[in-house]
Amino acid sequence: MTARAAPLSIRRRLTLQLLTGAAVMALVLFLIVYGFARQIGVESQDRILAAAATSILDATTVQSGEVRVDIPYSAFTMLDNAVDDRVFYRITQDGIGLTGYDDLPAARQDAGSGAAFDTVSYRGEALRVATLSRRVSVGGTPARIAVTVGQTQDTQAEMLARILRMTMLIGLGFFAASALLAVLAGRSTAASLRRLAGSVSRRGPADLRPVVAEVPQEMQPLVRSLNSLIARLSGALNRTEDFIAEAAHRVRTPLATVRAHADNTLRRVDKEENRAALREMIRAIDESSRAAGQLLDHAMVSLRADQMELTPVRLRPLVLELVDRLRPVAELKDMDLHFEATGDPEIMGDAILIQNAVRNILDNAIKYAPSESPVDVRLVVSGDRARLTVRDRGRGFPPTGSEGLTGRFARGDNAADIVGSGLGLTIADEVARAHHGQLSIANNEGGPGACVQLSFPLR
Amino acid sequence: MRFLLVEDNAQLAAAVLDRLSLDGHVVDLAGNLGMAEEFISTTDYDLILLDIMLPDGDGRDFLNAQRAQGRDTPVIVLTARSEVSDRVGALDMGADDYIPKPFDFAELEARCRAVLRRRTGTATNVKRFGSVAFDPLAGTLTKGDTVIALRNRELRLLEVFFAAPGQIIPKPKLVDRLFSYDEDVSENAIEVYVGRLRKHLDGSDVAIVTVRGLGYRLQVP
Repeated sequence: MTARAAPLSIRRRLTLQLLTGAAVMALVLFLIVYGFARQIGVESQDRILAAAATSILDATTVQSGEVRVDIPYSAFTMLDNAVDDRVFYRITQDGIGLTGYDDLPAARQDAGSGAAFDTVSYRGEALRVATLSRRVSVGGTPARIAVTVGQTQDTQAEMLARILRMTMLIGLGFFAASALLAVLAGRSTAASLRRLAGSVSRRGPADLRPVVAEVPQEMQPLVRSLNSLIARLSGALNRTEDFIAEAAHRVRTPLATVRAHADNTLRRVDKEENRAALREMIRAIDESSRAAGQLLDHAMVSLRADQMELTPVRLRPLVLELVDRLRPVAELKDMDLHFEATGDPEIMGDAILIQNAVRNILDNAIKYAPSESPVDVRLVVSGDRARLTVRDRGRGFPPTGSEGLTGRFARGDNAADIVGSGLGLTIADEVARAHHGQLSIANNEGGPGACVQLSFPLR
Repeated sequence: MRFLLVEDNAQLAAAVLDRLSLDGHVVDLAGNLGMAEEFISTTDYDLILLDIMLPDGDGRDFLNAQRAQGRDTPVIVLTARSEVSDRVGALDMGADDYIPKPFDFAELEARCRAVLRRRTGTATNVKRFGSVAFDPLAGTLTKGDTVIALRNRELRLLEVFFAAPGQIIPKPKLVDRLFSYDEDVSENAIEVYVGRLRKHLDGSDVAIVTVRGLGYRLQVP
């Protein structure tokens, strides 16, 4: 056997798709939040740096031709909030350092008057610098005073790391929540499919009403095609049943006519050769009509057994009615049918099928047993089963064995002289099986005759 | 006895009619339910033989309507359909019995007798010869004060003799009347039953005599 890929699962596929979507969304969310936080961090540092530079520049005055810088204390308290960060500054006049760290690079300034910012490498560390300048007149000559304030980015890096952790947590949380929703969505989708499947498989085999399960809109086409399939199936079954009934009618009526005429003719004809021929004719008619009848019965039994509707069946009245019905037939051979029952077992089944099975067994007993012999029909309850035993004093089953006699068209090799179709026991066996029962055939112990037993589980 | 046969198949109807007449019954034939209705409203029948599938309706509906109107003439349904689907319906609708087509006339006769025995109980066509009275319905032979219950084959054999007193009836014909066609019996088998009847008739003025080489004859006073 070749290994087959597992069938595609809607639930798994849907869940997987939703999970992938959730992962991408979480990643994008993470990148956006992280980028935004980083930008805000840089901007706030820039603002403080600019404010510090401004306050220093504001405190720079020109007095008697000299540039005086009186660095206000507040300028550094602004930058002081970060414990580990170091602050550098440099004040230049036309590019010549006046005070502060001489090697502190300035941010490249554009022509505008606003502050310029830059991230530079200074003494092996990344430094954010802000440079602000203004023009002054020193002793009548214009000069440009530039203030550069720099700060290491340790605090910001730490903050960014914190934000990174936080954003990652948020991203993961988002992913987890989405994953949970994805699984739930997958499950609820699968559940509505399961509900539909349940409402189809829970019904009895004969229940061919349309499916009315509540399903999502998308599944309506499925339900519609399912219902149209059911409608066609039930139509086909009805047609089959009608066909069998019609076929039986078509075959049996002309056979009945031929048989009746042959029978009447036999009454009138005296010549023995003609009588023998007529008898052979009637025998052949009986054979073919029995075969046709049993074939159609068998088809009907198979059809019913496939779509069996179980109802409680009381076996005692059922068997009693059949025995009463077959009594006139048995009496034609001066045979007595004895019926004996202990209890009134009730089983779950199809009464018509069971009647058919029992009738076939009784028919056989009457057919194969000799005139004036009794047929004993016993119905007993033993354990959790109802057992119906039919014993005759006929020839019994062939000594070559009774196996296979329940097969279609199988007949015992000692039954050639009696009209039969080889379907009676097949029908009984099929009915027994359909009811989880059993048909067993044997010869009577210590005596001639067949013993056929039907057993059914009690209700 | 008076029969009403409701059957739309003309050939089958003719054959059944022929047979019932042979047996000395009076039969009216209705080809559809409408005709059956007319017959029933004007004549009293002992038994109705009713087909199920008729051109103007379902025999079971007709039966149901008859019972609803309080008419309780015994009815035996003739069905050509599968027994698996039909049998319950007919009996539930008030039929006394049913018989699937094609049928053995011996079985039809037996069923008619059983139904009539159950329904009427009393004998309306007791045949008397001398000191002997034969009631085919009850299956009894009355000889003076003794009532003898007959077995089925004895009854049928006696019926053949009582239908044609004084006539020679050949053995093969008796075999055909008594045994089914798939029973392998020799003509001698009939002697057993004739012997039993002779025993029953012993002491009366009716006797079955052997006509050597030809058959038997019922001798009546």
